[in-house]
Amino acid sequence: MTARGAGTAVSLALALGLGACTSFYEIPIETPISPKLDVSAFRRVLVVGFISGGSEDVDANLETVRLLRSQLRSRSGMAVIEADPLPLAEIARENAGPAAEPVGDVATDAVQIRTQRDLDTFEHIFADVAYWKKLGEEYQEPLIVTGTILFTPHQRSGMVERTQEVQDQFGRRRTIPVRTYMERKGFILSPKFVFIDGRTGTTLYSETFREEILYNAQQNTPALSSYFELMDRLIPSFLSTLSTQKIRGTRVLLK
Amino acid sequence: MGYSGIEYPMKFRAFVLAALFFGLLSPAAYADRRSEAKSQVDFGINVAQRGLWKEAQYRWERAVEIDPTYAAAWNNLAVAYEQQGQFDEARKAYEKAVDLAPNNLLIQQNYDLFKEINDRTRSRDSR
Repeated sequence: MTARGAGTAVSLALALGLGACTSFYEIPIETPISPKLDVSAFRRVLVVGFISGGSEDVDANLETVRLLRSQLRSRSGMAVIEADPLPLAEIARENAGPAAEPVGDVATDAVQIRTQRDLDTFEHIFADVAYWKKLGEEYQEPLIVTGTILFTPHQRSGMVERTQEVQDQFGRRRTIPVRTYMERKGFILSPKFVFIDGRTGTTLYSETFREEILYNAQQNTPALSSYFELMDRLIPSFLSTLSTQKIRGTRVLLK
Repeated sequence: MGYSGIEYPMKFRAFVLAALFFGLLSPAAYADRRSEAKSQVDFGINVAQRGLWKEAQYRWERAVEIDPTYAAAWNNLAVAYEQQGQFDEARKAYEKAVDLAPNNLLIQQNYDLFKEINDRTRSRDSR
């Protein structure tokens, strides 16, 4: 039985008067979830920047750096280093040397990343221990947070279920589920967070996520608000890597 | 070696008397234990409602020591362990509570909610 199912069963039991036989007290609890990474050795964290691509409407590198720094400031025990986000894609291209094959749309000097394949060609920078160690030394050996972000427009059409209000023969209103064909568009956010030890330059941990959101095709939702909506879903998982998070819930105490 | 003709009835009588004595005494002793455990449970609930979970945990630990068959005390103890992130202890206490009161839906609901969080944490850690 799932927790939700159990909840329904319990409510039913209570409604039937079983609850009257037992003294019980509902109490709020906060369950602490320990972090995935032991960051006790670090007093500072540097969100250095992300290799980003996809939609041109959002600067995913800049927005992600800002968002993560603000979250870490209020919800982690480490001091957040303020520094300009690094253009990691360009640094990766330079570090790869002149022999490196150009990727994406290279009509201009700026690196254009449109797909996951484009992003993958920059992954080598995260294994560049010497580069990260040097950067760590510059900032007094912090925990370094970096990675890749792909934020792409997306559209999908198909049958969707929605509720519709109807009136029965006695004039009573009720809602029924109806399936309709709908054209929808939205965005996909695929970030990969990489945590690097600023003392050694080695990767401590990395985690990849994927979130998508779809709206009615007629709805005009700005890319930036979709970006924040999707990031909101990921932030708890990101933070649980570095700091203890508390899951709020209720339990029943019995006499 | 068998009993002699005189010893047997004496020992048998002593045994019967002892059985009668403890037979009559044990329900009363059980009631006393439950009553003492119940007062610990009540006090624990009182302090837990004020956020004093350490004290509540201590009280419920005492309650299950006094009366290890008290399902409600095991349930409450499990909640206290959970609140403090002691998941292994919480699981054992919930299992004990469920074993003692398999039909108690409130205990089962607590246990299901605990498992949902605990399993999520474990699957995340094993990634």
